Amino acid sequence: MKKTAEAGNYGKDVSSDCRVTLEITKTGGIKTEVISKVQALFGDNIKKLCTDILKYFGIKNAKLRIEDGGALEYVIAARVEAAVKSLIKTDKEYLPPVIPENKFETEKDRFRRSRLYLPGNTPKLAINAGLHSSDGIILDLEDSVSPAKKFEAAILVRNTLRAVNFYGGERMVRINQLPAGLKDLEYCVPHNVNMILVPKCESADQIKQVNTKIKALNKAKRKIWLMPIIESALGVINSYEIAVSENVVALAIGLEDYSADIGAQRTNEGAESFYARAMLVNSAKAAKIQAIDSVFSDVSDMEALMQNVLRSKGLGFDGMGCIHPRQIKVIHDGYAPSAQEIDKAKKIVDAFITATEKGLGVVSLGTKMIDPPIVKRAEKTIKLAVNLGLITENWREEI
Amino acid sequence: MAKLVKNAVGRMVPTEVNGQKVVPFKGLGKHRPTGHKYAPPIFTSIDYPEDGNKVVGSLKEALKKCGLKDGMTISTHHHLRDGDLVSNGIFDIAHELGVKDLVWLPSASFPCHQPVIKHLENGTINRIEGSMNGPLGRFVTEGKMKGTAVLRSHGGRVQAIQDGEVKIDIAVLAAPSSDFFGNANALYGPSACGVLGYASADFLYADRVIIVTDNLVDFPNMPMEIQGIYVDYVVVVDKIGIPEKIVSGTTQITNSPDRLYIAELTTKFLLESGILKDGCYMQAGAGGTSLAIGNYVHQILKEKGWKSKVGFGGSTKYMVQMLEEGTMEHILDAQAFDLEAVESIAKNKNHHQYPVFNAYNYHTKGNLTTMMDIMILGATEVDVNFNANVVSHSDGYLLHGIGGWQNCLHAKNVILPIPLFRDRIPVIRDEVTTLVGPGELIDIIVTERGIAINPLRKDLIKKMKNSKLPIKTIKQLKDEAERICGKPKAIEFEEKVVAIIKWVDGTVIDSVRKIKQ
Repeated sequence: MKKTAEAGNYGKDVSSDCRVTLEITKTGGIKTEVISKVQALFGDNIKKLCTDILKYFGIKNAKLRIEDGGALEYVIAARVEAAVKSLIKTDKEYLPPVIPENKFETEKDRFRRSRLYLPGNTPKLAINAGLHSSDGIILDLEDSVSPAKKFEAAILVRNTLRAVNFYGGERMVRINQLPAGLKDLEYCVPHNVNMILVPKCESADQIKQVNTKIKALNKAKRKIWLMPIIESALGVINSYEIAVSENVVALAIGLEDYSADIGAQRTNEGAESFYARAMLVNSAKAAKIQAIDSVFSDVSDMEALMQNVLRSKGLGFDGMGCIHPRQIKVIHDGYAPSAQEIDKAKKIVDAFITATEKGLGVVSLGTKMIDPPIVKRAEKTIKLAVNLGLITENWREEI
Repeated sequence: MAKLVKNAVGRMVPTEVNGQKVVPFKGLGKHRPTGHKYAPPIFTSIDYPEDGNKVVGSLKEALKKCGLKDGMTISTHHHLRDGDLVSNGIFDIAHELGVKDLVWLPSASFPCHQPVIKHLENGTINRIEGSMNGPLGRFVTEGKMKGTAVLRSHGGRVQAIQDGEVKIDIAVLAAPSSDFFGNANALYGPSACGVLGYASADFLYADRVIIVTDNLVDFPNMPMEIQGIYVDYVVVVDKIGIPEKIVSGTTQITNSPDRLYIAELTTKFLLESGILKDGCYMQAGAGGTSLAIGNYVHQILKEKGWKSKVGFGGSTKYMVQMLEEGTMEHILDAQAFDLEAVESIAKNKNHHQYPVFNAYNYHTKGNLTTMMDIMILGATEVDVNFNANVVSHSDGYLLHGIGGWQNCLHAKNVILPIPLFRDRIPVIRDEVTTLVGPGELIDIIVTERGIAINPLRKDLIKKMKNSKLPIKTIKQLKDEAERICGKPKAIEFEEKVVAIIKWVDGTVIDSVRKIKQ
């Protein structure tokens, strides 16, 4: 068995994280060495926390060294736990309390225009991520985490889900590709996650496996939605069966992998992925769920991003991923309804309310009958427009 | 050391420092010195060369001719910032001459001044009265300086000179261009830094004035920001500054999404509260967040067809852009932070040199700061009573100078856009480590997690009652910071006072104790 273990990150350019080096010894009790950027203010506190955690895991003799760049408690705890679990086998978990703000569940058809990807093992980016008001925040365990760091990242993501306030953003985790990803579910399902992103999804069976595992873990029976990411030719072909699977509320496309899979270069214009995107939108809409576009990787070019968003909206997508907070506003502006769309929606919703008030069963606008799904869509447009401040809540008085 | 007394903001301060009596802070506007300003000795023009040529062979020669001796006060300005190649040399010469116990009175110090530490250790310098930057701050806080440091604001430095509280024996003033008579400015030459506004009190009140230049030009050197009639000697050296370090490192708009978010919130608040309006007077500093706010304000002014009447420097390229695009009518400038600003002073007729003298001084008949509508400032800490700190960090170490910060607090609306915590350190505290600015003068705290309005500003609270912006109480913000970071432990200090913090009127607002190691 290994004698020493290390977890976390420390260095000149790393802040809000720490590196824990743990050695289990035979005698001598617990010896903790703290080297911290915030030593004077929190040195004692860090020492006590580390000692408490080791005791919690039943460790009586150990040398623990922590090099800290200003990590918050939930980060330090995750790093110590990761180091402990690299050395001893235990089912215990040292859990930070779930903050009340994180106890909400989300609706099936809430807005999912923007979802901000955060590397799951980089705590600095998580703390303020919610301030930028993306519709969702993804803690990523897949591509942004190196294989050697997967284990500690899962523990950190678990603690992040419990302790960090995302200010109303939908709390998402992108697990690893199956089968490894099934293990990741243990670190997020019991910890108030709202949605699981299933990468490189190619079949309804994979979704079934995810659902089965979630059911087994979801003792609180909270709503946990799924967003499969289609990233291959086969996935595109099977997208409808995936879309109609249980708990799936949105279908996303990952174009880097898809382009590689079909042997094409990814371009800004996206001719190579036109079929895939159209197919994905079609499958999603046939299943009455949302279609979500890929990320736009040039974080400095806001104009190109806007063009991309408008193209995406034009194809029928409801949202896309972001890799930098600066992209969020552009994406929200791009997916915002146009003046024309708002105008039409106002008329439809107004006609619906008038008809309901008069007790009429049928809604009509001029000579045209209006079906319920159209009313519903119009209501959504109005809600979005109000949210964005494009119209006021009292818009009917202003007609 | 005399015993400590509690001043009007509840801080324990000494009544005697470095053998001089000092007055504890009495409250805002309570201290009114009387009598006459200090005056330098009378000189006679017949003692100076008839041909006007005051050039001597070296700084050493000039210092000797000025009678450099033990216990003298030597002043310098900080317009060459971290590229200053003149100041350290003064003390090397003094050391070589065996002179002891000097007082260094810089208008600010920078990391490049770290070498003076050895002269603090070897007794050449007794103490620094000025700002304590980085390594100097550490040295002082650890109780290693012989004398007690005195920290003053830019305006406070002028006040101390005019009150005769500090008597400058020799002012050594680096000048990017000078003629042989000592007429000097900062517009031209390899070390051009725009203005020399911080040197004005020095050349007017010092016993002796030495100009050090690397760009000797023909007489008459116009404009003469420093007039040769005040100058004793001119020294020509190879280089007075490192140009790329003269330019401040901070004049870039922040890239940090979190800081941009604070800047955006601040700008929204300014607009909604009506503080930002057509014709407003504004100052935004050179920090990344302040610059972002300036830039957002620029956009709003453009959209609305408004104009800021007066922008108060330190100026930057962003302010120059406003001037050139017509959203700012005048820039009044005591220092230029980047090369674009330096060039603008030379070429734009509405970009004016404006000595700190006129802007900040307690002893002038009114000054610019009280006229400012928008004042964006920073802080290392703020307490629940809105008192703020800029000189030390929460770990107790001195780290920054006061600069014009205290003086600027007198503006109509003082806004501090600051993060709620840095790494794990809450910025909003029960009590600040060092009290540098009284809460009565600080109006609005903008953090990424909420905006707090000083309860004294009933007008703003009323105006923002229905705002959708995240308005909270300062206590709520403090609690939120502690909830995220945990409650920091109180720092332990020893008895020894290592530095005092002066208020703009010359009274002592707080003292800094030696850190316990």
